[in-house]
Amino acid sequence: MSPRRPAGQTRQVTESATHRLSRLLTMVPWLLNRQGVEIDEAAREFGVTAAQIEADLALLFLCGTPGGYHGDLIEAEWESGKVFLGNADTINRPLRLGVDEALALIVGLRALAAVPGIGERDAVVRALAKLEAATGSASAGSSRIQVLIDEGTGREAMALAQEALAARRRIHLRYLVPGRDESTERDVDPMRLVNFDAHWYIEGWCHRAEDVRLFRLDRIESLTLLEGDGTPPATAQPRDLDSGVFTPRADDLLVRLALRPGARWVSDYYPTESVERSQDGGAVITLRTADTAWLRRLMWRLGSQATVLEPESLAREVRRGALEALEAYAGSAGSTPASG
Amino acid sequence: MSAPTNASTKTERLLNLVICLLYTRQPLSKARIRDAVPQYGTAASDEAFDRMFERDKDELRELGIPLVTEPGDVLFDDEPGYRIDRREYALPEISFASDELAVLGLASRAWAQASLAGPAAQALRKLEAAGVERDDSSLIGIEPRVRTAEPAFEAVKNAVLSRTPVSFTYRTAGSGEVATRHVQPWAIASWHGRWYLTGFDTDKDAPRVFRLGRIEGEVAIEGKPAAYEVPEGHQPKAMISTLVVERDPRPAALRVRVGAGHSLRRQARTVADSDGSWSLVEVDFTDTEAFADEISTFGPDVVVEGPSELRESVIRRFTGALGPAAGSEEASA
Repeated sequence: MSPRRPAGQTRQVTESATHRLSRLLTMVPWLLNRQGVEIDEAAREFGVTAAQIEADLALLFLCGTPGGYHGDLIEAEWESGKVFLGNADTINRPLRLGVDEALALIVGLRALAAVPGIGERDAVVRALAKLEAATGSASAGSSRIQVLIDEGTGREAMALAQEALAARRRIHLRYLVPGRDESTERDVDPMRLVNFDAHWYIEGWCHRAEDVRLFRLDRIESLTLLEGDGTPPATAQPRDLDSGVFTPRADDLLVRLALRPGARWVSDYYPTESVERSQDGGAVITLRTADTAWLRRLMWRLGSQATVLEPESLAREVRRGALEALEAYAGSAGSTPASG
Repeated sequence: MSAPTNASTKTERLLNLVICLLYTRQPLSKARIRDAVPQYGTAASDEAFDRMFERDKDELRELGIPLVTEPGDVLFDDEPGYRIDRREYALPEISFASDELAVLGLASRAWAQASLAGPAAQALRKLEAAGVERDDSSLIGIEPRVRTAEPAFEAVKNAVLSRTPVSFTYRTAGSGEVATRHVQPWAIASWHGRWYLTGFDTDKDAPRVFRLGRIEGEVAIEGKPAAYEVPEGHQPKAMISTLVVERDPRPAALRVRVGAGHSLRRQARTVADSDGSWSLVEVDFTDTEAFADEISTFGPDVVVEGPSELRESVIRRFTGALGPAAGSEEASA
């Protein structure tokens, strides 16, 4: 009946007693309302291992109302792999939402309510009203935390993308690749519609690239639902967006840039390998990228505020492009286009 | 029972304490609590028990459990008693429809990679504890995401909620100048994927906007909670977005190489062919420097014909991109 602790793993980071208590106080009402639920399902719901759920049940089994007699203790049974819980009336309701808990849901719902073209607006409004009424003072300051996840672009594409996802249909896109200043045509099997840094993206299997790609909705020039089935290949894995939309690979080109103070924002904006502050308030950064076209464009934009230190080939491309542009300006009078 | 870990014994003790204090109708004195919760039996002395109990009380309150102290019952009238009010403890009975739970799930998952991931997931489980299963079918594949990559997020958010003055080291945008700022935080907002703080800067004696990503190091607390009032009807979004100056749009005349400048062509008022290799494109813009930033990314594929300050602005960027050393190198080559 004691918690299963795998030998040799005793030095794992131990969960704090209060953290575990908080889970137990939520788990009890959850289980009471789902008698006979599988241990594995409970483990999934609570984001812990099945062994941890068993350890939690073993602990519950030892607790109860004062007296300590058999009839006072919580009843728990899970030998069959299904969980049955009883005699836990004192804690059969979950604890009220804490400040951060209420905040996360309310701020999240308000952000969703402002997204145009999301299918479930009515449900968002209803859920928000109920939640605000139920949380009372815990949600008092939540209006001063705001998340704006939408720029109001791509309403039509948003609705079409939702339709394609729900019906598992393939789509055809005319898509602008701004990093390369290219308009492209491609067929895509949508996998998800994901919001990232206030832009919505369709992530899907791109038949042109034969790989998973992200398409920003406001760069989609046209989106058509095709008749064909849009189930992506089994090998298609959604990208891990934790470190940003642009996930560098280890074999990408290593680039070193010197940023003057006016270009320091670059280190906040793009994923970097290292950032070293320099005397003048600027920085020297390194980053990895597979494609240098966007970097060239970035360097033109930054002008005197940034210099490519490595590789020399990129530094040369930047200078060559800048010279070519300046020649075009020298050859044009300005105000009226040069006639061919 | 084989020897459980200390943390496990403590969880047992806290859980028994919660059950005991919810169960009792009368406030319980410390002595009675010590008898009722078996795990207090291990306390070596009265002092050890007192310390243990005081700490347990604090930790339960930190979890949001409404543990109240009340005058003791008649037998122990010289001692306060403790209990947990069940109505205060329990989440009110709210029944969510399955589509409402589905959007709540979406709101909760939005934080999955952010600092509020734990509370967001826990909140959803509490709401679902009543037994309603959510119906996600209409929301398949939709994933809003909030990021809180800024290390200062947690401290600043707590200061905003509790209205506590703070100070921090801040790097100013243009100059890169680093200075200590003293602020009464009003609100935080995520805008274009970045977190901003609005508040009253007590050094500058004026409202200010700060980017959380430019806060360096720790955020220090400089006073007590509820130390000031937030202006009635404060709109953080409006205050942050006024940083971007809105002016009336003006037309720019651009020469754009055929097959290039797609995003400019999309915004164009008019597009005309000048010859086989260039188009004449007229586009509206508001901010000269911002538009010069955009145009210079096209390199030699876009040439500004007018207005002249836009033209100068773009030329300055290309000249800068050559670099001082590069200029002489090309000349000597």
